[in-house]
Amino acid sequence: MALSRSVGLKGLRYRGGGPMLVWALHRIGGLSIILFVSLHVVSSFFMQQTGSDFATWVNIVYESPWFQLFLYFFVLFHAINGTRIILMDFWPKLYRYQREMNWMVWLIFIPLYGLTVFIMIQSALTAG
Amino acid sequence: MMYSRPAPQIGFSFEYLMWIFTRVSGLALVILAIIGVIGAFWMGARTQVDLPTLLRWTFFPNPNHVVNSNIPDVAIGWATAYWQIMEMMIVFFGVTHGINGLRVVIEDYLKASWARPLLRGLLFAIWIFMLIIAVYVILAS
Repeated sequence: MALSRSVGLKGLRYRGGGPMLVWALHRIGGLSIILFVSLHVVSSFFMQQTGSDFATWVNIVYESPWFQLFLYFFVLFHAINGTRIILMDFWPKLYRYQREMNWMVWLIFIPLYGLTVFIMIQSALTAG
Repeated sequence: MMYSRPAPQIGFSFEYLMWIFTRVSGLALVILAIIGVIGAFWMGARTQVDLPTLLRWTFFPNPNHVVNSNIPDVAIGWATAYWQIMEMMIVFFGVTHGINGLRVVIEDYLKASWARPLLRGLLFAIWIFMLIIAVYVILAS
């Protein structure tokens, strides 16, 4: 049956389109947020208890601009897309406009994230 | 490989409870973050604060959170019971939302087997551990 049919690399191209992209980003972003929030809590604990080099090192990793670019991306996207999911779950009539809701997520996300990146680059330049 | 899960029971069940909790806590986290941003700007972020400090104040206004933001928290009024309760709420909603999300993702890819109760136990232990050390950090600093 389906499993005996070899699809090769084409199998990777599941054409879910925009909604699938949003779903995958939500999931990957959620897992990343768990990772760095957990490390954050642990490093705050060690910072408070021992002031150890490990805690300082973790904090410095968080504060690097590259890490922050990913962090803002995932947190902002997870929050905005999560709001869309909540809205659609409690008002199921909105499923008729699923594509439009997905575009709305990007319409809200892109300016907010762009503004954040702009402020980050600006403060990095003025800080020298 | 994805496995199909049995449809959740109609009525009050663990899955239903966590489904509701995920929505409610997500909304609560957004609202808490907005309150935190407003608080940070209220207390002077608009003139003196860079982005890491703003994030520290927004999500977890605690002196042990982000080392390089050197503005003293205590002097400007974050070390009050109000903000400590806000911190505890954000930790509780955030950690619970996250650990439950991890459980959902794991169980999407894991057939029901002997490993499921094991992983649930592990996640439960991580959840309790995170809550305890976070509340300890809040209360002891």
